[in-house]
Amino acid sequence: MENSTKIEIRDLNVFAGKTQILRNVNIDIPKNKITVILGPSGCGKTTLLKCLNRLTDLYPELKVTGQIVIDDHNILAAREDIYKLRQQMGLLSQRPYPLPMTIYNNISYALKLRGIKNRREIHKLVMHYLQQANLWDEIRTRLREPASRLSIGQQQRLCLARGLAVNPEIILADEPTSALDPISSQFIEETFVRLKNDYTIVLVTHVLRQAKRIADNVVFMYLGDVIEQGSVQEVFENPKMEKTKLYLGGTFN
Amino acid sequence: MTRTQKIEEKFFKLLMIVATFFIFAVLAIIIYSIFEKGLKSISWEMLTQIPHGGYYYGKGGGILNAILGSLSLAFGATVLAFIIGLPVALYLNVFLIRHKKVIDVIRFLLDLVWGIPSIVYGAFGFSLMIFFGLQTSLLAGILTVTLFILPIMIRSMDEILRTVPIGLQEAAYSLGSNKSEIAFKIFTRQSISGIITAVLLSFGRGIGDAAAVLFTAGYTDHLPNGLLEPVATLPLSIFFQLSSPVAEVQNRAYASALVLTLIILIVSLFSRGIGKRYHKTKINF
Repeated sequence: MENSTKIEIRDLNVFAGKTQILRNVNIDIPKNKITVILGPSGCGKTTLLKCLNRLTDLYPELKVTGQIVIDDHNILAAREDIYKLRQQMGLLSQRPYPLPMTIYNNISYALKLRGIKNRREIHKLVMHYLQQANLWDEIRTRLREPASRLSIGQQQRLCLARGLAVNPEIILADEPTSALDPISSQFIEETFVRLKNDYTIVLVTHVLRQAKRIADNVVFMYLGDVIEQGSVQEVFENPKMEKTKLYLGGTFN
Repeated sequence: MTRTQKIEEKFFKLLMIVATFFIFAVLAIIIYSIFEKGLKSISWEMLTQIPHGGYYYGKGGGILNAILGSLSLAFGATVLAFIIGLPVALYLNVFLIRHKKVIDVIRFLLDLVWGIPSIVYGAFGFSLMIFFGLQTSLLAGILTVTLFILPIMIRSMDEILRTVPIGLQEAAYSLGSNKSEIAFKIFTRQSISGIITAVLLSFGRGIGDAAAVLFTAGYTDHLPNGLLEPVATLPLSIFFQLSSPVAEVQNRAYASALVLTLIILIVSLFSRGIGKRYHKTKINF
């Protein structure tokens, strides 16, 4: 189990009209590890993440070819149940998007989508996931307030709790700390490290130090190509490719 | 800033101030003239009684028939248009998301029918009535006004629903919501105050229009009495009173206009209140 692959990406190409956003991407994402996808803005990191839970379906201009295999299923196949698929993954986006309802309902909504109907169980689980995201103590008296009243850092933790509440196996995070203050960012990072025993985490970032701090594996991308991938030691201490060296050296970003 | 830039800035600022002032002045004059002439004639009797014989020549009575007629007609049409319009607006924004061209065509067509004068809807409603063998009635009026306000309802809701950020949609989809859940739980909640505004706008257009109801709702001095009976409406009541040769009756027309204006004012204040209450859960971006 230790080194098994959770997600295999094979020959993934994404086109937006005539421009190619991703070119022949091949990545193995190991189970119960933090895989960081690193690269400058516009390199296709976010698009890659959106392919994984098929949010690309929302963008009619995107054409996706290739294979993404999760647990022996090619999730890009047309007949895949995308609603089930998306529940296997929790998503944390660049800035928090709480749902337009109360704090409590943000979590209970996700639980109900999972099929949990018993009110007492929902109650228990709302508390559980808010505790997991380290938010419970701050907001335990405010559960019936609209989620929009929380601070940005709290909203992002609420989104994390909501993402966990669908009981996923994979956590997708798209620069989740870029809008946050240092303390909230640090908390999110710590949570990821704590969660990796139970989840496979794919984190997109352009912050080198963040990658260094928490990554097990690193994938470096540049303009739609995967330039280099490997363990964090390999990539950071002994990069093979010229572009990786330049990027890590801060020559371009 | 160079000197010419400064002059330019001053000139355009002045232009905007004058234009703003102008439009407010026109509004103020309209409202003033309605109040000035209307307040003189408005009375408890006018609000609570139906026209007595000879009302249009200066004898006693009131316009309760038209007030209740207009309210029931506009209310019926707004409810009907909402029941049809909300699903259309949601369908455009949630289900057709991958078909931008289809959406564009539908929006264009809706804008086109929005621009059709209400008298054309009236004529269309009238020909339908003849086809089905219906008489002028509350029902025919409601159906015609529904058709007339539907494009307004749909497009105003559509414009609000369009502003739901894609990030919020992605967040909801990523939890495994299906499209109808996204439509009814996310889009409507996020846009609730805008949806209420759209309903209000349609109600205002419906209650204030004379041409659509001219052939279809008919006119009567009696109170509304069932869906298949003719009803009086405020715009037509204003028209009949204003065309009277008697100055006193003409003043009553202004009083009726005042009633119509106040109804719209009350409805809009009420809707604002509801909108504010629900606004709290909206996520601001």
